[in-house]
Amino acid sequence: MSHVLAVLEQRDGALRKVSHEVVTGARRLADALGGEVHALVMGRGAVQGADASGRYGADKVITATNAGFGHYAPEGYARATSERAKAGGYGAVVFAASAQGKDLAPRVAAQLGVGLAADVTDVAVDGGKVTVTRPVYAGKALLRVKVNATPAVVSLRPNVFTPVERPKAGTGETVAIAGDAGRVVVKGIKASAGGSLDVAEAPIVVSGGRGLKEPANFKLLEELAQAFGGKAAVGASRAVVDAGWRPHGDQVGQTGKTVSPSLYVAVGISGAIQHLAGMRTAKVIVAINKDKDAPIFKVADYGIVGDLFDVVPKLTAEIKKLHG
Amino acid sequence: MKIAVCIKRVADSETRVKIAADGKSLDEAGVKFILNPYDEFAVEEALQRKEQAGSGEVVVIACGPQSAQETIRTALAMGADRGVLLEAAVPADGLTVARALAAELKDGGYDLILFGKMAIDDYNHQVGPMTAELLGLPCVTSVAHLDLADGKGAAEREVEGGMEEVEFPLPAVLTTDKGLNEPRYPALKGIMAAKKKPLETKPAALGTAGLEILAMTPPPERKAGRIVGEGAAAVPELIKVLREEAKVL
Repeated sequence: MSHVLAVLEQRDGALRKVSHEVVTGARRLADALGGEVHALVMGRGAVQGADASGRYGADKVITATNAGFGHYAPEGYARATSERAKAGGYGAVVFAASAQGKDLAPRVAAQLGVGLAADVTDVAVDGGKVTVTRPVYAGKALLRVKVNATPAVVSLRPNVFTPVERPKAGTGETVAIAGDAGRVVVKGIKASAGGSLDVAEAPIVVSGGRGLKEPANFKLLEELAQAFGGKAAVGASRAVVDAGWRPHGDQVGQTGKTVSPSLYVAVGISGAIQHLAGMRTAKVIVAINKDKDAPIFKVADYGIVGDLFDVVPKLTAEIKKLHG
Repeated sequence: MKIAVCIKRVADSETRVKIAADGKSLDEAGVKFILNPYDEFAVEEALQRKEQAGSGEVVVIACGPQSAQETIRTALAMGADRGVLLEAAVPADGLTVARALAAELKDGGYDLILFGKMAIDDYNHQVGPMTAELLGLPCVTSVAHLDLADGKGAAEREVEGGMEEVEFPLPAVLTTDKGLNEPRYPALKGIMAAKKKPLETKPAALGTAGLEILAMTPPPERKAGRIVGEGAAAVPELIKVLREEAKVL
């Protein structure tokens, strides 16, 4: 029997939603290992929404506070997490493979002297050992990996571990962390024009490629994304990012982000193998393209062959009706 | 300025993956291997920093099989001064690679140690920050903008919904993201010069791995989709199937 440490995330003092996915993944491991889930969140003070972790299966919610923990503090967070992991004798430590988790999890794993199974899409326990599934070659193959080291340090791909309600006590505990927050100091976050929803975390992604013809036409996709009522982000193919039409943070594909939304709408994207690699784990794929032989139709669940400049405005209007 | 750049030999992003007979790895027959695209930003950044400083050395270090010498030569052709190959079959556990790199970097006297933010084959996203931890150096990952002056640095890194602004002291370990710079192509002169640059090969000190690959499998096939219609007239049918069949709306 061993417990599992779930490392949550906050921004501006409020819990980030990806944290519920972390608790859900941790709960699955804890059930198999016969232990409890302890959720850990770092902050300057109390983190709004952290108590909800009990609903998703946290037996305990630990808030580690420090004056330097308002923003992400890479070194301070890593030290607080690894010290907790050591003191608690955990069987597994679970992170989100978010921007923060991708930075924090390797630091913690190195401090604990164990490997990191990163960006996994499934977790299990087999013969007392944690095993994971992780996509490699950007989803063109899956690896099944056994974690022999203890604790098993794992980061979960966002949007894959759908939060499941598993009510537990979620007893609160606050621990003050002494010392400063480290040499690497986050001064703040400059908000991007596209809003706070990232393509890697959005439940719906609407992506555009060269078929959009010019950067200004991405307005069509932004309008379609808005019609989904704040649940959709706009993505882009490598071709249009390389051409400077869209920021790199929006790029979906092997040299960009891999996304797993419940709905992916590919507009004017032919479907190069490196793009398909980034979105093939979407639950439902819709393609809109004027070329009926475009490779994107081979992975799409539903396709419309036609001029995107006719199809997209009509689609936006219909989606608005549903949400109106 | 003395700068180390840690690079990786990876399968090209257009590779069609075939699984090898062992059921655990990529069948390399016919696969084209390249310098990991994110490492190109690291090499370019190192070259620009050395050029600005007017003096210094750029050392390229790879952990990988003998054939990774070619990858090192690519970076030397871009303009790096010398290369080191830590020879090993590439392990699944990033911490073992970090250990081998840290042992090589430890007494090198580097002002800056650069990595690509991740390799496009294993998506591990971890060897840079792990190496930094082992060396006890400050680290910023996924750097898309960088200013260095007076022994200090300011970087921007992409996070969900914005750019995180980070300050740090030097020496430091940084991992580079797309957008940081525009990597140069090796010129013919550089390619010729690279052949004569020093390239040392030694065994990698990996230590014990904590991760074990059980199997590599193809991803589940997506079930065949269908064209619901042509042009804007097909939109109502699309909405209907998304609601009733796929249940995503």
